[in-house]
Amino acid sequence: MAIYLLRRLGLAVITLFLLSLIIFFAGQVLPGDPARSILGPLSAESAVRALDHQLGVDRPLVTQYWSWISGMLRGNMGESYQYQSPVEPLLVTALVNSAKLAALALIVIIPLGILGGVVAALYAGRPIDRIITLSGSSAAALPEFATGIVVIVIFSVELKLLPSSAQAQPGASFATQLQSLILPAIPLVLVLFGYIARMARAGTVEALESDYVRTATLKGLKRTVVIYRHVLRNSLLPTITVIATQTGYLFGGLIVVETLFNYKGIGDLIFHAATAKDFPMLEASVLTVGVVYMVATLIADVLTTTLDPRQRTAAFR
Amino acid sequence: MTATETTPAPDAAAGPENAVQVEHLDVSYRVRGRDRLALRNVSFQIARNESYGLVGESGSGKSTVALALTRYLPRNGRVSAGSIRIAGRDPLALNPEKLRQLRAHSVSMVYQEPGKALNPAIRVGRQIAEVYEVAGLGRADALERSEEMLRRVQISDPGRVMERYPHELSGGMAQRAVIAMALASEPELLILDEPTTALDATVEAEVLDLVAGLRNQFDTSLLFISHNLAVIAKMCDRVGVLYAGELIEEGPAQQLFDQPRHPYTMGLLRCIPRQGQRKDHGRLDSIPGFLPAPGQALAGCIFAPRCSIAEDRCRETAPPAFDVGPDRSSRCFLHEATPDLPRSTPVNVELSAPAESAQPVVTIRNLSKTFTSRGQAVHALAGVNLDIERGETLGLVGESGSGKTTLARLLLGLTPPDAGSAIEMDGEPLGGDLRKRGRTQLKALQIVFQNPDSALNRRHTVRQLISRPLVKLAGLSGPALQERLADLVRSVRMEARHLPLRPRQLSGGLKQRVAIARAFGGGPRIVVCDEPTSALDVSVQAAILNLLADLQAKEQVTYLFISHDLQLVRYLSDRIAVLYLGRLMELGPAERVFSGPHHPYTEALLSAVPSLDGQRPQRIRLTGEIPSAASPPSGCVFHTRCPRRLASGICESTEPPLAEVEPGHLMSCHIPIDQLTTLQSYEPMP
Amino acid sequence: MATPPGTPGIVASDTQRRELPVWRLLLRRPTFVTGALILLFWVVCAIFGTSIAPHSPLAQQLLATNQAPSAAHWFGTDQLGRDMLSRVIVGARTMLIIAPLATVVGTVLGTALGLALGYLGGVVDLLASRVIEAVLALPALLVIFLFMVPLGVTTLSQVLVIGFIFTPLIARTVRSAVQVERQLDYVPAARLLGERSGWMMFVEILPNVVPTILVEFTVRLGYAVFAVASLAFLGFGVQLSTPNWGTDINANYAVLGAGYWWGSLFPALAIASLIIGINLVADSVEQVVVG
Repeated sequence: MAIYLLRRLGLAVITLFLLSLIIFFAGQVLPGDPARSILGPLSAESAVRALDHQLGVDRPLVTQYWSWISGMLRGNMGESYQYQSPVEPLLVTALVNSAKLAALALIVIIPLGILGGVVAALYAGRPIDRIITLSGSSAAALPEFATGIVVIVIFSVELKLLPSSAQAQPGASFATQLQSLILPAIPLVLVLFGYIARMARAGTVEALESDYVRTATLKGLKRTVVIYRHVLRNSLLPTITVIATQTGYLFGGLIVVETLFNYKGIGDLIFHAATAKDFPMLEASVLTVGVVYMVATLIADVLTTTLDPRQRTAAFR
Repeated sequence: MTATETTPAPDAAAGPENAVQVEHLDVSYRVRGRDRLALRNVSFQIARNESYGLVGESGSGKSTVALALTRYLPRNGRVSAGSIRIAGRDPLALNPEKLRQLRAHSVSMVYQEPGKALNPAIRVGRQIAEVYEVAGLGRADALERSEEMLRRVQISDPGRVMERYPHELSGGMAQRAVIAMALASEPELLILDEPTTALDATVEAEVLDLVAGLRNQFDTSLLFISHNLAVIAKMCDRVGVLYAGELIEEGPAQQLFDQPRHPYTMGLLRCIPRQGQRKDHGRLDSIPGFLPAPGQALAGCIFAPRCSIAEDRCRETAPPAFDVGPDRSSRCFLHEATPDLPRSTPVNVELSAPAESAQPVVTIRNLSKTFTSRGQAVHALAGVNLDIERGETLGLVGESGSGKTTLARLLLGLTPPDAGSAIEMDGEPLGGDLRKRGRTQLKALQIVFQNPDSALNRRHTVRQLISRPLVKLAGLSGPALQERLADLVRSVRMEARHLPLRPRQLSGGLKQRVAIARAFGGGPRIVVCDEPTSALDVSVQAAILNLLADLQAKEQVTYLFISHDLQLVRYLSDRIAVLYLGRLMELGPAERVFSGPHHPYTEALLSAVPSLDGQRPQRIRLTGEIPSAASPPSGCVFHTRCPRRLASGICESTEPPLAEVEPGHLMSCHIPIDQLTTLQSYEPMP
Repeated sequence: MATPPGTPGIVASDTQRRELPVWRLLLRRPTFVTGALILLFWVVCAIFGTSIAPHSPLAQQLLATNQAPSAAHWFGTDQLGRDMLSRVIVGARTMLIIAPLATVVGTVLGTALGLALGYLGGVVDLLASRVIEAVLALPALLVIFLFMVPLGVTTLSQVLVIGFIFTPLIARTVRSAVQVERQLDYVPAARLLGERSGWMMFVEILPNVVPTILVEFTVRLGYAVFAVASLAFLGFGVQLSTPNWGTDINANYAVLGAGYWWGSLFPALAIASLIIGINLVADSVEQVVVG
């Protein structure tokens, strides 16, 4: 068990290290001079040089990477060019905001997606299956801003039920916050539904066609027992991984949703940091998105390994 | 028997009722909007306590019978006519609750792959206990009864097995657990669908013995479904032969196999080497033609297109079931002419005699292969010494994990051997890696794989598949290439019209012919045949074996013939090598190895094989599992299962050398040859 | 079963009739036909857009800005008084140039990479797979966005960036398909004929993974449309004289609150319908060639 965990963690650390390298060097190699973008195109060459030196961007790349990554590990994320203030508090606030939105979407979608997939599988080939499958896969492919605009037009502009801006006033009550998050959560829910339902359906169909479900049925077990005890236990395992992967990808969708709904989350932060060439902020927040993904998949891996006896023996031997 | 108390008693007024009564059953599958008949007009009954066998090749519909009986047809399948009664009830007419009751108490089923029949996420004990819980027992009682049941299927440590997950059990052990589960409800009918096909020979023998024993204890009728005629003959009282969805012949097992009254049954039996038949005694017969496509509309007898004695009426009118003796029937107008059915293949054979006393083509010295699996060293092959003589057929026999396929891959250069191993061809060392071998060496060694679906690139046409070795290895091009191609196609009995087709458009037998043509294209000197017929039906198998024999005579090649089927190996081989856990146990002329004295392991393998020709007098059974090659037993690797292990303890401590016990016959056993001869000549069954 | 007398009985055959070609099987599926029709509609708009459109998509009518949908302007007009219907029709062109090109780039590179990694294996595969995993830890859209910012938006930069980001995604799929193929016996059989790696990869294995690649291509094409539209929405649309759906939404969504919904909604629906069309096709292709 311990060895398995260590190995899995080690793998995650290696991937994270590679990711940090990619992020850092991509930030360096890409054209764009931070000092120039801070000072504006008309400022004097000497001033730009001076600021470059002050920011430390004229040092060798390896040195820069080392001071960046060691700072990260100590929890020192550097200073934002844009806001002239430490990255950390800004990032944490944004992350918390995004987490609220993501949590709302996930709470709705996990049971809904699984239910949809299982129902589709139980009625595989029938109209209800085609409806769930096709609408799910179409919804998953729609850009969040397209669905976002549709829901804004319907619920905010026409029906005037919900606010089109997600950002509640500071200190707003939980209910108000929740209310303002409903609309932005819808596009996310639509995207995730397709992926989760598809996986749940595939796993359930496979289990339903298996010999062991035939054995269980021919034992004379009740249909509900067969499904609950024999089908779902096996069919939902792969779904865990998909949920984790999608949790990571959720943050990709946030950049669009947060822009559309004017919400101060990590997507919004990345968007502004990128357009302002605020590299410390950008690198820190992108790395954070990577860490969220890695942690989510790590949890999913450990969870499936523990739940599946076959993987358990292989891993914990 | 508290478990069956809830079973409603069959209607007593109906008198002695059959366990199963199937009448005029038609089952069809809807494929691409059209109904295709998988079973037509099938009628049979199974009396209480009777063991009934259904035998047929793939596509005969034998599994469909099992699915229909349990009402577990896939969604596109339905019973379109006829009736079924199990223990007096009609599963097709029952409401879901009654159907569940019927399944819970009256029918159970065991199928081919025990590993898949058990839920991978639930402990074995729980899965068996479910059966008792359905019958109304509490959980603790159910678990107790389950343990008892496992003991009855001869699992020595049921407590531990209960706690295991299915993947932690070997195939034989898992199949016992499945059988325990099936019998736990004490059903009136137990359906076994190819229950031992996925198991090794020695394990199969154990499981068959177990089923035969339990059947008497449990008062259960059996429906035993198999493609293997010998297994059916061993296990069943009466037999029905299915062909293309029709029951073409039925009768008591021994009678039916001794005197078949349908040309198909007759042909099938002639396809199998029997009673020590060998290739120099004459060739196997084969059944020409192919199974009709499923659902094909037909007039007359379904077998007529392949039947050598078919007359006009056979092609026009479907024959009824003729009464051909007590309790026997045959759907053939010409059932009286069947015993004189002419052969489809001439008997005489041209044979290449292995060149005498010449230098061996291949010498293998100290050949070892160690794989690493999860940090553990697995010795797939350990120090094998072997010569392959020019022009001979060397049979390689062993159960799964014995290293036979590894040996072939090392010889071919597909896998490099461990350091210190040496393979020489004509005195020249053969490189361990294919890339280090020159064109002559590449040309010399080819293989025919077991499964042509895997061995043929499914995107290439037959023409591409067969021409490639002619181009690459024989270096042909232009008209010479075309000429040789036509020649090769003819020599594997194929036609030019097959050339533009892709593998999926060919039948299994044709695919294997393409693979054989490819192997022979470069003019090889040694062809490895790795279970070349085990993926094929019996009627096709014989034709492939004959083809291999013909080609050997024509091309003077040497065969390394790998098979788990001892009768086949005996039929085809000049010499036989027996492998166990990567070690050579015995090597000698085929007849000597079969007639004995033989190595105790060979003896066990031979006794494990069910035979159509009645039981052998002496039978030894192996118990226990095949040990893992990762941790082979000390001393003689076979000692853990050897029934003839010496009391002195030498078998446990010292590995016996491979020694010559008589001219050309080598054995790796501590027991002196004289003692083996005595032991094996008149030993009563233990 | 009662066949009239005189008809020949069954002819047992050793070969099966040729199966229907893939396109015939596709045409039998209503989902495919629907998707293909939607696609066809947008392709026609992309090619002949300017001749179909009722107005010039660029003509500004400053006296008729933010007009709600009417008989004259079915989709209304935007803040500059341009006809939205015409802009939506002509806007198909930008999308249908960039998205397919980017997908082709990604598919070609990804297939080559996946074939090499899957067939050759070894240390390179191990390393490359880790790097691919690392890249995939970030959402593709985010990475594409991060590259677009410094590179600047041109048709070429969009095609290349989206194509490059698709490469590891497609490579991963192709690689695992190749690894499945490698388990089959036709691979050692070909090696025994002395075939070299190039032949093994491109002649033996590639044809067998084409179905996987085809499915991957259609799925990625949908995602490319998604990415191009999302970028344009974020303000990174190609600044051509032709209109662009995402850019239009970006320009108009700020006035949603004022009730001017048509400027955003119709381009959004256009994007949605194109993606759904591609998805219906992708779904059918997957069912036919793989399932």
